[in-house]
Amino acid sequence: MIAETGLAALWLAAALCALQLLFGIAVLRGNSDELSSAVRPVAVVQGLLTGISFLMLIWLFLRTDLSVELVALNSHSAKPWLYKFAGTWGNHEGSMLLWVAILAVAGGLVALFERRLNERTLIATLAAQAAIGLGFYAFLLFASNPFARLSPAAAEGQGLNPLLQDPGLAFHPPTLYLGYVGMSVAFSFAVGALVTRDVGAAFARAMRPWVLGSWIFLTLGITAGSYWAYYELGWGGWWFWDPVENASLMPWLAATALLHSVTVLATRDSLRAWTVMLAVVAFSMSMVGTFLVRSGILTSVHAFAVDPQRGTFILALLVLYIGGALALYGLRVGTVREGSQFEPVSREGALVANNLLFTAILGVVLIGTLYPLIVEAVTGEQLSVGPPYFNSTAGPLALLLVVVMAAGPLMRWRKDDWKKVVNRISLPILIASLVLAILMLAVSPIGILPTLGLTLAAGVGAASLAPLWGRKLRRTPLFTWGMVIAHLGVSVCMAGMAFESSFSEEVLVASRPGETHQVGPYTITFLGTEPVAGPNWTAIEARLSVNGDPEDLLRPQSRMFSSPPTETNEAAIRTAWNGQLYTVIGNGDGSGRWQLRLWWKPFVTWIWLGGVMIAFGGLLSLVGRVRRERRTAQREAYA
Amino acid sequence: MKRLIAPVLIALLAAMPLHAQSRMPAAQWANQQLPDPAQEAEAKELMESLRCLVCQGQSIADSDAEMASDMRALVRERIAAGENPDDIRDWLIQRYGRWITYNPPLDTVTWPLWFLPLILIGAGVWLARGRFRRRKES
Amino acid sequence: MTDEAPMAAPTETPTAKKKHLVLWVPLAFAVIFFGFFAYALYFGTDSPQQRAIESQMVGEQVPEMDLDPAVPGRPGLRTADLATGEPKLLNVFASWCVPCITEAPQLMQLQNAGVTIEAIAIRDRPQDVYGFLQRWGDPFNRIGADPNSQAQLALGSSGVPETFVIDGNGVIVHQHIGEIRPENVPEILNALENAR
Repeated sequence: MIAETGLAALWLAAALCALQLLFGIAVLRGNSDELSSAVRPVAVVQGLLTGISFLMLIWLFLRTDLSVELVALNSHSAKPWLYKFAGTWGNHEGSMLLWVAILAVAGGLVALFERRLNERTLIATLAAQAAIGLGFYAFLLFASNPFARLSPAAAEGQGLNPLLQDPGLAFHPPTLYLGYVGMSVAFSFAVGALVTRDVGAAFARAMRPWVLGSWIFLTLGITAGSYWAYYELGWGGWWFWDPVENASLMPWLAATALLHSVTVLATRDSLRAWTVMLAVVAFSMSMVGTFLVRSGILTSVHAFAVDPQRGTFILALLVLYIGGALALYGLRVGTVREGSQFEPVSREGALVANNLLFTAILGVVLIGTLYPLIVEAVTGEQLSVGPPYFNSTAGPLALLLVVVMAAGPLMRWRKDDWKKVVNRISLPILIASLVLAILMLAVSPIGILPTLGLTLAAGVGAASLAPLWGRKLRRTPLFTWGMVIAHLGVSVCMAGMAFESSFSEEVLVASRPGETHQVGPYTITFLGTEPVAGPNWTAIEARLSVNGDPEDLLRPQSRMFSSPPTETNEAAIRTAWNGQLYTVIGNGDGSGRWQLRLWWKPFVTWIWLGGVMIAFGGLLSLVGRVRRERRTAQREAYA
Repeated sequence: MKRLIAPVLIALLAAMPLHAQSRMPAAQWANQQLPDPAQEAEAKELMESLRCLVCQGQSIADSDAEMASDMRALVRERIAAGENPDDIRDWLIQRYGRWITYNPPLDTVTWPLWFLPLILIGAGVWLARGRFRRRKES
Repeated sequence: MTDEAPMAAPTETPTAKKKHLVLWVPLAFAVIFFGFFAYALYFGTDSPQQRAIESQMVGEQVPEMDLDPAVPGRPGLRTADLATGEPKLLNVFASWCVPCITEAPQLMQLQNAGVTIEAIAIRDRPQDVYGFLQRWGDPFNRIGADPNSQAQLALGSSGVPETFVIDGNGVIVHQHIGEIRPENVPEILNALENAR
């Protein structure tokens, strides 16, 4: 009965979704005002129903109901409960249902809590959200029903692949989905505002928490993904400019730009058309990212099970939603009045520069990722675009961006004076110059990008704290704290990258047991290897003693999985306050020597620490904004 | 309804499908650094920009595949022999086309790519400036 | 709230008209991208299953090589051996390569048809090559040993097995990637004939 309940709830939700769209259109065409009070409840109930439907699927997975095809194919009664739970979305149908559930619940939340936006705009927003939802409901119900029964029930499930039992795998997809779907809400707001020609500060304030929320998840998703790749790939790299990585970076870049332009719109009622554009672009990038990853049109080291048929479906939705939104943009945005004015040297000006640079980086990543495809379509030649290209193009743009980031928060709205701005950041400039001098004089030469990176990281770190100077810290609004911490996170992250790329030490050796190697501050003695076995793998494990202490061992493994036959390197990592020791064992040469790869990576952890700080800053900002919104709403209610 | 059995997201990160492997040990310079740090740095930079022929989008510097090992050996041997990294890259491009390098050489096909940041910034500034001017007129 | 009033549409001005065109640029770009996506989805080759990196050495002289014998009692392979006036095949194989077993009967068939097949054994030990030839047949004339894939890299070959058709002057005229299946034999013979 659980499966049937879930399916029924899903069908009902889909029907309500269609109703939501129809009611919305009717209200907007102005011929049935009495329906306008029905749209919100419909959206709420739709959210509830898909929520129930998804809970039913979780339930089925938790109790391993083998009469349900999806469970039988993807789960197993002997799995730990956590992976049964995560198995709900570890497959195509379940992940689609999760996507729809988040979408519908988000729509319901908008309907419940958004009170300050013009009612017509809100109804248009909910109608847009319903239009997005309908496409996914259709796909779910007609082509990938998660609740299909299996008769007779399977004796045991087929989904006991321990390779897939990884906490990272369990929670990475929902994190990204929350980010993507949050962007869909921003997109719906933009479409709604275009439909009613109501692009203004209220629209920006309504959209902002959704942008912030989804941006937090995207930030966390990328940070976690980067650490995971670092940990799993076994070569010490943390970013490869791989298509799948780029696919996750593109929505983040657009969302970050949007986050800043929405502030301008909310505070100063400027950048109207541009903010709408960015909201459309941010969701487009989420869809494009999903398409690139799922369709398999680009080769990636992060292998996904791909299916061109699903690629076709996502492409169709892409054309429908993105094409539709951009056509609406072309039609409508010309009639959106320009917002308030400002001088080029002003907080707005700095935020425009921020947006320009973020958009340029986004363009570079997007075109760079797709360029091989474009060239092949046009000339037939196969070419590759990779890290050297992205580093030398996006790198300098990013450095420029952090300069803007240092100065921007210290500039006044509307109009400011260059000299005063420079005055305000004189201390950070001094600190940066000092670091630059030290790097030039005292340290052996490192590359230009890392030198600038460290210099700017120091300056920007100081500058990002500057908005707090002379303020009563306890009375500083939470969202200002959020900005400060997020910007500080950027400088921490950048310092980590620069340290890692310029001061890492690498030792690659073919080592015999008993040999000793010096890497960074550590002395590593190779004691020998031994075979070990896991549930479905065998491995060669090296014993590396750290600093001559035979009790203090690192144990990197080279694992061989039986089915499917795959090989993985399990790095052994020692984290210290000032960096990480990263050790990997490679192949033996048959005569008693083993390849060892040892790295000392100073401050590499700062890369991810910075990422977490950025997300945490976003969270503070979100809480601060929501609280202030609520207070304002209450004041308005009393007035 | 028989849907695909494969989970959508089998991100078997790093799980390299096992290619048939030879029984020969890796070449000397496949996994060993050149004694001269300056030469090793040159070699490393080049290796990080060469695409592994048999991998899923990895550079030869990040791959355990035997072919990648042999390419690393080739790069290090030639650098040690005093060859210029660009010449080694050209030698490989001559054999595998530009697919082999992650750093596409500038020419008629790739100039839009390389000038892209400038084009984008230029277009952006043009759009933004248009706004400023119009406002001053009004 | 003043910003809740719907915006009035401004009157059409020449600048506004011009602006309208700019506003359609995003859609234009999106349509172009959709086109590329569709192309890649239905005709693209970057997926690992379809991709074959073709050697750019087709049309070029066989690169300089001087390979030791891969099995005792059989001559090794030098560049000069490939420019004898007669077209021939150069097979890149390895004893540890499974598809190489699949193509063994086709190579035998070609040899029986009078084709000279020179070979390069990639990353192989003499005893393994010997065992492979014993078990799966020996269609080869000379076999050069390429212990570190250096000759393979010089040829622009990206895997095993691959087969190159070489004309009498030592110029590579054709490359076959992957195992030679029975249906590929006529194509190989044809390339040999054209190289005459």
